[in-house]
Amino acid sequence: MTALVELRNIVKTFGGVHAVENVSIDLAAGEVLGLLGHNGAGKSTLVKILSGVFPADSGDILIKGQSVTIRSTRDAKALGIETIYQTLALSENLDCVANLFLGREIAGWHGFMNDEAMEKKADATLNRLRLRLPLLSKLVSSLSGGQRQAVAIARAIQFNARVLIMDEPTAALGPEETQNVATLIAELSNQGIGIILISHDIHDIFGLASRLVVMKNGRLVGTVNTGDVTKDEVLAMIIAGKVPEARQA
Amino acid sequence: MNFLAVKFRSVSDRIARAAGLDVRLLGMLFMMAVIWLTLDVLTGGLFITPRNIFNLSLQVSVVGIMTCGMVLVIVSRHIDLSVGSQIGFIGVFGALMQNAWLPIDGTSTWWITSLAMLGAGIFIGFAQGLLVAYAGIPSFVVTLGGLLFLRNAAFYINSGVTVAPLNETFQLLGGGLDGTIGVFWSWVVCGLAIAGVALIVWRSRRRRSVHSMAQKPLASDVLMVAIWAIVIAVFTATMNGYKQPKTDIGMGIPIPVLILIGVTIVMSAVARKHRFGRHVFAMGGSSESAELAGIDTRRLTLLVFMMMGLLCGLGSIVTTARLNAGASVTGTMTELTVIAAAVIGGTSLAGGIGTVYGGIVGAVIMQSLESGMILMGVPTPLQRMVLALVLIIAVWVDTVYRKARRA
Repeated sequence: MTALVELRNIVKTFGGVHAVENVSIDLAAGEVLGLLGHNGAGKSTLVKILSGVFPADSGDILIKGQSVTIRSTRDAKALGIETIYQTLALSENLDCVANLFLGREIAGWHGFMNDEAMEKKADATLNRLRLRLPLLSKLVSSLSGGQRQAVAIARAIQFNARVLIMDEPTAALGPEETQNVATLIAELSNQGIGIILISHDIHDIFGLASRLVVMKNGRLVGTVNTGDVTKDEVLAMIIAGKVPEARQA
Repeated sequence: MNFLAVKFRSVSDRIARAAGLDVRLLGMLFMMAVIWLTLDVLTGGLFITPRNIFNLSLQVSVVGIMTCGMVLVIVSRHIDLSVGSQIGFIGVFGALMQNAWLPIDGTSTWWITSLAMLGAGIFIGFAQGLLVAYAGIPSFVVTLGGLLFLRNAAFYINSGVTVAPLNETFQLLGGGLDGTIGVFWSWVVCGLAIAGVALIVWRSRRRRSVHSMAQKPLASDVLMVAIWAIVIAVFTATMNGYKQPKTDIGMGIPIPVLILIGVTIVMSAVARKHRFGRHVFAMGGSSESAELAGIDTRRLTLLVFMMMGLLCGLGSIVTTARLNAGASVTGTMTELTVIAAAVIGGTSLAGGIGTVYGGIVGAVIMQSLESGMILMGVPTPLQRMVLALVLIIAVWVDTVYRKARRA
């Protein structure tokens, strides 16, 4: 079966520092992949190449077996690759609807926006995802952490995303909100969306991801199926950079 | 004092929200009313007269036109210090065109020059915008350079000699005795404007009901239209109430004021309803977030400066036509008045916050103080000192207000 997304031999250096060295990963439709590693392991750099923040020095990106070029976040979005950044990257001075449609406003040829259509579609999206927000006309600066997360998630998947990248998705959330995000991730995966979860903390994503990729110092340590390993073994991979014997997926 | 401010805010907020009104705008309009009444008392009834309001609105037009653009420049977290020099340079350029290159009495001279002046503004904005957006030089530095460069270029291209007179049709664009649309057409414009307001409110209600969304109370919308109708009618009556010298013929609305009203409407719509304005606010709030949302922030920055240049071109047309001369010193210090108007009108220098109509109210407040002090015979240096203090106090009040809101 062809993978939904394949990154092949990706290399990225920043001023002589090898941030990502020859890393290859793949993601199937509906799969939840965990990307683990310490701060500075290169995991954020790797996915930023996929989401179009900056280009790779070398290596290939394939979507359903087709080689693609991603030069900007716009290119990535056009391919259905959506990213929820750790900072959420929301515009706090704008309201929820404006944030949901930022960069993809519903407007006529003249560029004037159709506010009613956007408000209606935003409402529908939030209902579909069972995300609750008090008032769509509220400024994002007045929302709680969980509500902001809801806006960021809704923004990422309302335009038919095929791949969803979530950077530290639950790091800033309380227990209940974390549970909501877990439910949502399971639901999105059922819909066939490929999901990449990035974290430096194994506990955050062990229960969510079906497969784990561990990186250290810009290199790929290994890939394991979550069902085959214990948390301690994964922790050893993160710290020591070694794959436990006979666990290789 | 802070406690009182918060208390007052919460009560006034609740009343205003119930009526669906903008508290900030009401506050600014209240300030303006206080200033007008005070000046009227201090000048012994000279301030609120058709004659003075007519002149005031003429004086506001140029600053107002440019403030519309400056609001968006500041919202995008940039600054344009070159707008005063742009006025001067583009003015000398346009005047030279009419006197040296085109027949001054030609029937097409006025619009060819006008288009060229607008084009010159766009080009200046393009050049400065490129340096800011693509070369990554801070806008403060680029436009400070622009201020110096263009002011001296204005001097250099005609050796500092003022170019006059100008084409007669062109002069109409600056207002003055013949540069108004007369009593009859003023009433026509008045009627159309009121009908326009009613139409906008009605269409918004209908669209919301089609989409079955929450409506503002009907009474609040009716009140809104009524207030606008009264303001528009009173303004028109005032403009018509100022008579041509030694006659009983009313002047009517000056052409520059019509231009200002048009620019304000268009720029408000662009800021609030257009994708461009939405992106400008997003970029001003957080450039990184806007970039990650897929907005091309460099192209957007370039466009913001080009828009500012276009409005400088328009401002220059009005000033130059009004003075009937292209002088290299025209527009000196205008950048400060324009920036002050935007800031007094509630535009945050930190970016991401501001309204076009607020900027216009700010421009009216600045111009009212200046013209009131002239009527009172306050010496020019003292006028400037007062305006400087007003600017600082306005920003202070704004800071306190925002803090109270956040608390």
